[in-house]
Amino acid sequence: MTMLDAAGTIRHIRYRLATRRRAVTLALCALLALTFAVALYLGDYDVPPGEVLRSLLSPLTGLTDKGIDFIVLNVRLPRATLAVLSGIAFALSGIIFQTLLRNPLASPDIIGISHGASASAVFCIIVLGLSGAGVSLGALAGAVLTALVIYALSWRGGVTAYRVVLIGIGMAAMMAAIMSYLFTRARIFEVQKALGWLIGSLNASSSSDVIGLAIAIAILLPATVLLVRALDAMQLGDDTAAALGARVEAVRLGLMLVAVAYAAFATAAVGPVTFVAFVAGPIARNLLAGSGKGFVQAALVGALVMLGSDLLAQHALPAVQLPVGVVTGVFGAGFLLWLLIVSNRAGQVN
Amino acid sequence: MTIDHQLLAAGIDLGYGERKVVDDLSFTIPPGKLTVIVGANACGKSTVLRGLARLLAPTRGAVYLDGKPIHQMATRDVATILGVLPQSPIAPDAIVVADLVGRGRYPHQGWFRRWTQEDDAAVAEALRATNTLDLADRPVDELSGGQRQRVWIAMALAQQTEVLLLDEPTTFLDINHQVEVLDLLTDLVRHSGRTVVVVLHDLNLACRYADHIVAMKEGKLVAEGRPADVMTESVVANVFGMTSRVVIDPISDTPMIVPIGRHHTGATLIA
Amino acid sequence: MPGAPAGIVRARGSALALGLLCLAGMVLLVAFFSVTVGARPITLETVWTALTAFDPASTDHRIIWELRLPRTAIGLAVGAALGLSGAVLQGATRNPLADPSILGIHAGAAVFVVLGVAVFGITQLGMYVWLAFIGAGAAMLVVYAVASLGREGATPVKLALAGAAMTAAMQSVTNAILLTSPRTLDEIRFWQVGSLVGRDMDIFIQVAPFLAIGIVLALASGRMLDGLSMGEDVARALGQNVGRSRAIAGLAAVILAGGATAAAGPIAFVGLTVPHVARAITGPNYRWILPYSMLLAPILLLGADVIGRIIAPPGEVQVGIVTAFLGAPFFIALVRRRKLATL
Repeated sequence: MTMLDAAGTIRHIRYRLATRRRAVTLALCALLALTFAVALYLGDYDVPPGEVLRSLLSPLTGLTDKGIDFIVLNVRLPRATLAVLSGIAFALSGIIFQTLLRNPLASPDIIGISHGASASAVFCIIVLGLSGAGVSLGALAGAVLTALVIYALSWRGGVTAYRVVLIGIGMAAMMAAIMSYLFTRARIFEVQKALGWLIGSLNASSSSDVIGLAIAIAILLPATVLLVRALDAMQLGDDTAAALGARVEAVRLGLMLVAVAYAAFATAAVGPVTFVAFVAGPIARNLLAGSGKGFVQAALVGALVMLGSDLLAQHALPAVQLPVGVVTGVFGAGFLLWLLIVSNRAGQVN
Repeated sequence: MTIDHQLLAAGIDLGYGERKVVDDLSFTIPPGKLTVIVGANACGKSTVLRGLARLLAPTRGAVYLDGKPIHQMATRDVATILGVLPQSPIAPDAIVVADLVGRGRYPHQGWFRRWTQEDDAAVAEALRATNTLDLADRPVDELSGGQRQRVWIAMALAQQTEVLLLDEPTTFLDINHQVEVLDLLTDLVRHSGRTVVVVLHDLNLACRYADHIVAMKEGKLVAEGRPADVMTESVVANVFGMTSRVVIDPISDTPMIVPIGRHHTGATLIA
Repeated sequence: MPGAPAGIVRARGSALALGLLCLAGMVLLVAFFSVTVGARPITLETVWTALTAFDPASTDHRIIWELRLPRTAIGLAVGAALGLSGAVLQGATRNPLADPSILGIHAGAAVFVVLGVAVFGITQLGMYVWLAFIGAGAAMLVVYAVASLGREGATPVKLALAGAAMTAAMQSVTNAILLTSPRTLDEIRFWQVGSLVGRDMDIFIQVAPFLAIGIVLALASGRMLDGLSMGEDVARALGQNVGRSRAIAGLAAVILAGGATAAAGPIAFVGLTVPHVARAITGPNYRWILPYSMLLAPILLLGADVIGRIIAPPGEVQVGIVTAFLGAPFFIALVRRRKLATL
């Protein structure tokens, strides 16, 4: 084979991998779009597709119908958008942790961040009597504070992944204890309220939640794209990565900050629906079968799981509206179990 | 043509935490030659390589690349000059050979990655040189230990650096592949004028291929120079704690160390 | 010199044996505090008379017998069970992050208890015990079965993943029920913290036989765990039946963790951290890690319980909460000193 032929072979292999990547991404996008459309259509009052379209375009065209517009634009659209955005944020947080720690069991709740957010939110609900935006801010503050404490405690001339995880587990246990304590001291209706938040719900989604999360993601995404680039080197091990010119410690720190931020903002908006963070990465990588790192695809999977779960939660049982967190748990667990059952290639589960 | 780079260590101490592994080491890597570092296990040879490769910062002294302290240079700049293959690299799951070797192009690609003809050619050349071109489409985790090792070497080669540092690249290889890899490294030195530093644990292959051999013991430099000058029975005894006879390799005309053990003492041979 | 290494090993063994004796002494000390300390001050004399010349008319005596002694006994038993089950799980799965909650044992116990309360209106603590036991066992069975599918059998990673999946699923069901039934929530929120309050001797008698079996199984599995820790291939080469070892270890862990959860509710963290502390003292030999875990855990648990009685008068803080607050900083301090196993 001449060198030109050889280079051509390499190019063909790259194209093949890229094609698979694009195919998976396209399929996920299409599925997401479809699910989004269904989310706008389905409900106590099914809005026909034509009306959905008209409603969406009404700010531009001026053709309004107060009733339908309210349902579509003020109720379903924010909710579906919030589901998509939070799904993306959770998924990215999860896959970043899993890739950095090279462990499929990693996820923001292992690190204790979401426990910090939860404990703070429960505190706000039970002790401070807050609700809505106040709780969200409290959750955010809790997540950030916990992250800082974990980082400070992990620092000993540098931060290693295992120290962060182990200390995160310790922090998670303390946060869980705080929550348990508050649960036993509060009045039952306060506990109910707190539990409702903890399970994760899109019920109270409003435009402000959506906009807040959207801004956060808009800021974090460019940083993510730049940092993920360095993962091409960092996946090969710290030494090899440094040898290839990656600034290992800086990138790792940056990625962890980004992952924490995603988890913090998403948790603040919808509660700790962390199972999405856990499953999105493995599902994406399974679909890609080695043709890519899976970040874009994981984000799409996360959005899909969140949105799909919310649809199921709202409409599956007649007359009962479950919170989304319940369904993601069952759904995500089911998918993970399916993955385990069908995997028969060596190392596929890893 | 290739530029000759000057890589040297000046009075370096290297260690991990409290433990000092390398003690006051100074030597120069001769440019355009194949240097082999040898020594017993845990003598610090891998540590020295990591120090030279900028993977470990010296606690005393400094490593200089072209006259500049290497730790003050930007990682990416160093990566375009030094190519390193450390021990135990990690392959991401399900990654395909061509993809893995392609990661070696990382230092040459900017933020907005665009794969060029050059990149493809570099990858192809690296695969061809390590005889792994027919494996290009296979997932790395399906390969044998030896094949995987050659793919990793290809990745280091794809970096197309003028200096190449390899830490025990022949560990899992059959003897024919070991020779193949060392022949390849020799080609790089002789035909492309590159500087190659290898840590080997096989003393005889080291003597055969090295232009310059560096022998270490317990973190200190014991001897360096041409194998024919350096590898004497007393050096072997000092470094490895083993009595031996040094003869001339009939094929390569380099020193060949013949070990003397408890069951093979040469006593029955006529001296 | 051939004698020297053996001598060193013997010396280390003696040091560890001595340490174990000290720990046993500390266990007795903690038990002593548990019987003598409480929200209601009772003099040592009274305690002594209560134990030797019981007077059913005396409130103090009855407190000793009906409240503090059972509490102490259960605390010791539950502590030992949790510590052992965590150590056994970490050894069997070769995962330093393993603990009963990872394999779905706590979630299984919880979901069955919640179902019992919500669907069948069960309110007696004694009934919780059986529900929790069955739930824990059922969950572990399912997790193990799922993880065993596929070519490689129940590898550590697959076990942990299956456990995580089942835990999430069961927690979702639990949460759904709790959300829809405030009455159940009100009952469960106290049980789910983990507490030694309100457990009387009946409960101890109910779980004691199971815990005893579990403890014997666990301690006997020390050798098998040492074998497993070197990896399956090496273990098999040394003649060990890997599948059976894992099964025995799993059984011991489930019985112990299930029994502990049944008696005291889901107390997390003890099973995870105590084996790490034990390992930091004894090194990687499971024949020592197991007894050390068995003694260290009750010290932590009962100590936490005693502290919980005195820090918030006139009430108490449940042991599950105090354990986390005591154990976590200690665990974090250990991590900072690099004394713990890497991932």
